[in-house]
Amino acid sequence: MSARGGVVEARDLGVLGCHACGLVSRDIGADHSHCPRCRASLHRREPASISRTWALLLAAALLYIPANLLPIMKTATLFDSHADTILSGVVVLWRSGSIDLAIIVFVASIVVPIFKIAVLALLLITAQRGSDWRRPERAKLYRMIEFIGHWSMLDVFVVALLAALVHFQSVARVDAGPGAMAFGAVVVLTMLASLSFDPRLTWDSPKAPRND
Amino acid sequence: MATQPLCVCEHCDAVYRRRALARREIARCLRCGAELYRDQRYDLNAMLALTLAALIVFVIANVYPIVRIEVQGVASEATLWGAIMATWNSGVGVVAALAAATVFFFPLGQIALFLHVLPALRRGRVPVHFSDAMHALRLVQPWSMVEVFLLGALVSVVKLAGLAEVIPGIGLWAFGILTLLLTTLTGFDLRRLWEIADGARR
Repeated sequence: MSARGGVVEARDLGVLGCHACGLVSRDIGADHSHCPRCRASLHRREPASISRTWALLLAAALLYIPANLLPIMKTATLFDSHADTILSGVVVLWRSGSIDLAIIVFVASIVVPIFKIAVLALLLITAQRGSDWRRPERAKLYRMIEFIGHWSMLDVFVVALLAALVHFQSVARVDAGPGAMAFGAVVVLTMLASLSFDPRLTWDSPKAPRND
Repeated sequence: MATQPLCVCEHCDAVYRRRALARREIARCLRCGAELYRDQRYDLNAMLALTLAALIVFVIANVYPIVRIEVQGVASEATLWGAIMATWNSGVGVVAALAAATVFFFPLGQIALFLHVLPALRRGRVPVHFSDAMHALRLVQPWSMVEVFLLGALVSVVKLAGLAEVIPGIGLWAFGILTLLLTTLTGFDLRRLWEIADGARR
């Protein structure tokens, strides 16, 4: 059990790489070992990574529903008052001719969260099965969702700024709505989920049990 | 350069022997393609200069208004804290807290931690509470969202452009520069600082 595709794993070599400072140290076989340089805890694989990630992911998926159904912004003018959800905000932008902006907001607020939830679910299911299906692509997907993670906060910031700007006594007023709260929670939960997923699990296979 | 001989891929656990890199070269994992380490020539002086610049720009970005709008002679301005208070007053305190954390406290924390760590390292000493500061820095970085806020400010400007007279404020420019500075600082491999500290201990 050593080289897989010309690659030697730290686990096979009896060493541990520290996530915090990068130091490679000898694995003394203890359950709770610490990096000799920075004292961060070291793990061959992150303990309970899969169940923790599932829990955070399911919470994010559930909150994604109110995040899209509840209004994130309430506008009141002299003549009328209405509430916008994320999607209706995108439609307003599109109709007013800012098509490029509508696309940016649509991608950041709707495509990115769905993509993140779907990718994490895929990574979790394949990792649980020890599947060797398209491993390099799965690794690339993980790096992608880590990179795009926080861009979904875009609409939350837009609403906050509009609420600060538009408050002309009784003439016009913008307030943030409860949807913004659910939406912010979705962003935080998906970020926590991708941080708690141990990408090394993508490369493990159950068919070759190793002495951990 | 005091580097250790081995390196482990964070993303797939593959072990490699380190080698010296040519200018701007990036070492990637052969198996999963993740970045292992890169050639970073900018030194502690440059980093400290960037951090000090970031601190000054951070203050400007928070003091001056980001956008000003005028409707029929009535004007209104928004700063970052104005936006945080407006969401607070809308009854969505969680959003206000989230914005305060990701656009104010975490970026400020990042700047403060670098300011704590860099001057001592530059003088060849290990700063007090070095490992705590480094762990905090690593935890804070993914949650610092100045660049997203900047894009949000630009979207708001365009959204209001049809309805009112919109004047971008000094704060908006400052957030633009702050984004550049913080992105450069975040791009720095913190492990290099551990190696520099190792060198200082000897």
